[in-house]
Amino acid sequence: MAQIKNRLTPFFENITFDREDNELVLNFGPQHPSAHGQLRLMLHLQQEQIVKAHPDVGYLHRGMEKMAENMIYNEFMPTTDRMDYIASSSNNYGFALAVEKLIGLEVPRRAKVIRMMLLEINRLMSHLFWLATTALDIGAMTVFLFAFREREYLMDIIEGYCGARLTHAAIRIGGVPLDIQDGFIHQLRSFLNKLPQNIKDYEDLLDTNRIWLMRMEEVGTISKDMALSWGCSGPMLRASGFKWDIRKEEPYELYDEVEFNVPWSDKGDNFARYRIYMQEMRESAKILYQTIEMYERCVKEGQTDLMAHSPKYISAPKLDIMTQNYSLMQHFVLVTQGMRPPVGEVYVATESPKGELGFYINSQGGPYPYRLKLRAPSFWHTGILTDLIPGHYIPDVVSIIGTTNIVFGEVDR
Amino acid sequence: MRAYKAKDDVQAKAYYTDRFYVSPQVPKQEVDTDAVFSSDLASISAKFEVKESFIQVGQMVVYINAKDIYGVLELMRDSLEYTQLSEMSAIDWLAKDNTFEIFYQMLSMNKRKRIRIKYFIDNGQAVDSVEKLFRCADWSEREMFDMFGIQANNHPFMKRILMPYDWQGHPLLKTYPLEGDEFASWYEVDKIYGKEARETIGPEIRDTARVDRYDSQRFARLGFEVPKGTNITGNEAKNEQNYQEDGGVFLVSKFDKKTSVIVDDPQR
Repeated sequence: MAQIKNRLTPFFENITFDREDNELVLNFGPQHPSAHGQLRLMLHLQQEQIVKAHPDVGYLHRGMEKMAENMIYNEFMPTTDRMDYIASSSNNYGFALAVEKLIGLEVPRRAKVIRMMLLEINRLMSHLFWLATTALDIGAMTVFLFAFREREYLMDIIEGYCGARLTHAAIRIGGVPLDIQDGFIHQLRSFLNKLPQNIKDYEDLLDTNRIWLMRMEEVGTISKDMALSWGCSGPMLRASGFKWDIRKEEPYELYDEVEFNVPWSDKGDNFARYRIYMQEMRESAKILYQTIEMYERCVKEGQTDLMAHSPKYISAPKLDIMTQNYSLMQHFVLVTQGMRPPVGEVYVATESPKGELGFYINSQGGPYPYRLKLRAPSFWHTGILTDLIPGHYIPDVVSIIGTTNIVFGEVDR
Repeated sequence: MRAYKAKDDVQAKAYYTDRFYVSPQVPKQEVDTDAVFSSDLASISAKFEVKESFIQVGQMVVYINAKDIYGVLELMRDSLEYTQLSEMSAIDWLAKDNTFEIFYQMLSMNKRKRIRIKYFIDNGQAVDSVEKLFRCADWSEREMFDMFGIQANNHPFMKRILMPYDWQGHPLLKTYPLEGDEFASWYEVDKIYGKEARETIGPEIRDTARVDRYDSQRFARLGFEVPKGTNITGNEAKNEQNYQEDGGVFLVSKFDKKTSVIVDDPQR
């Protein structure tokens, strides 16, 4: 087919070819394999060294906050999957928790345990994905293959639970839709039993690897002040000398009942972040072992509820809907019109694998949120590149973007 | 007569509300029920005018004057240990009283407390940038400008961040329709081919799930494949597709669905 003539002229708005100061402007992205999404970085170079970095985002902007204002609360749940699509249950959970706080719901214990299992499996999936892609960017292909193999097992478990591998929508406002399937615990246990050896394999390949150390140590150092000022959270904050994990400090679900450590470091460089991710995988495994025990105790004690009982906001169980007139009416109203949370506002922060994932909801008593603000950690972890990259060299950009663990579904929302 | 629809808020509305329905309120507590919050509030109100304050869902909400925001956040960061600005944005109240409500979500890691600072500005009024105090406000204020058109004074780079620089309109305003305005729906066509190409190209198909089953140009129907562009009726016979070469590939063994095993147990 012949080329259709159009008006898009070659576009060099940022590139000045003749400059007194000998500065070269390099466009990194928006399509770049190591940018982990649609990140455009405009890098001003003097020789090989970067003197100015200007991240440009918005290539994946879908207007989720706008969509939320035009959807009933339950309708928005699958949209949250598309934020951090590497660990989508954690987004579902953040939103569900915010709405539950708004209407003051208490979730049944068994649902809480299942939610914690899902959250920690998501954290493991996300960290394995992080390790795989970052190692691949730096050239460690073997680690990529190993980590993706393990992630595959976790995705199989999740697929057995909710039918989806990436966009789970596995959590509902008020609980979880389903009990875990037969074989879930066996599969999870056998995965967890193998995991320490797997993590050791990765570490054997990386920890003393000369190339890995050269690319990681003393590269991309974030000072304490910078981490605070840029609103860093999650591993980015913990690598810079703050022992701050929302699961520990402002516990939600049953995180105050499980035992786990919060790995942190005061180095602030790429290697510190790498160590924290590895350590967090071990802590997640520890939490998962404990949730299995909690789940088995729930089964023994005969706690079968998976959704909160709150006829004003939450549909009754399917059995009731099918057999009882009033439950059916309630369900009909909740599906067609949507729940109407009380008038007020709430900001709820949860510890997603990437950092502090916050949902601010302003409700005016209608079935649609009046304003919903998504506080995605990656947004500021991208912004910090402005201050972090100058002074480094081009190859360091790749490893810095890798360890910031940004996901563009979340940056652009 | 057609029902009146407000032009200043075109967002989705509940289609039916019981006329006796009264929305409940999220409960508010007095600030003096919490020792940490009440001492923080005392330090803020000693220097600045506090219009209203309460605790809602475990977090203190403080309403101040728009002109005090830099001072209040500086005081909170330097003296009250609220070292992180988690989030800031605006709420559109233009339909109600022609104002915007701006909120700043502050976090103190030492005290394990969160405070929300809020104030109202008029339509068209600019806010004071807090980028000098918190670098993250650089991007937040740009996003707020992009989404609501609220300018920030003393901001180093007040440009759009998520939408293209040449975009018209601010998407999160309640006056902005969900499917976009005319400018938005023809943005690519106008930019690439020019306005006169609108009729030739036609409006964008927004139903992403739309599949024309007789379109053999763009869609391959799995199991019923035909050569590209063939006119089809929908009555083609199903053909078993073999995706591996018949002669086999060097070093690659033939995949056999029947004898292959899916490994789903890591300890196998």
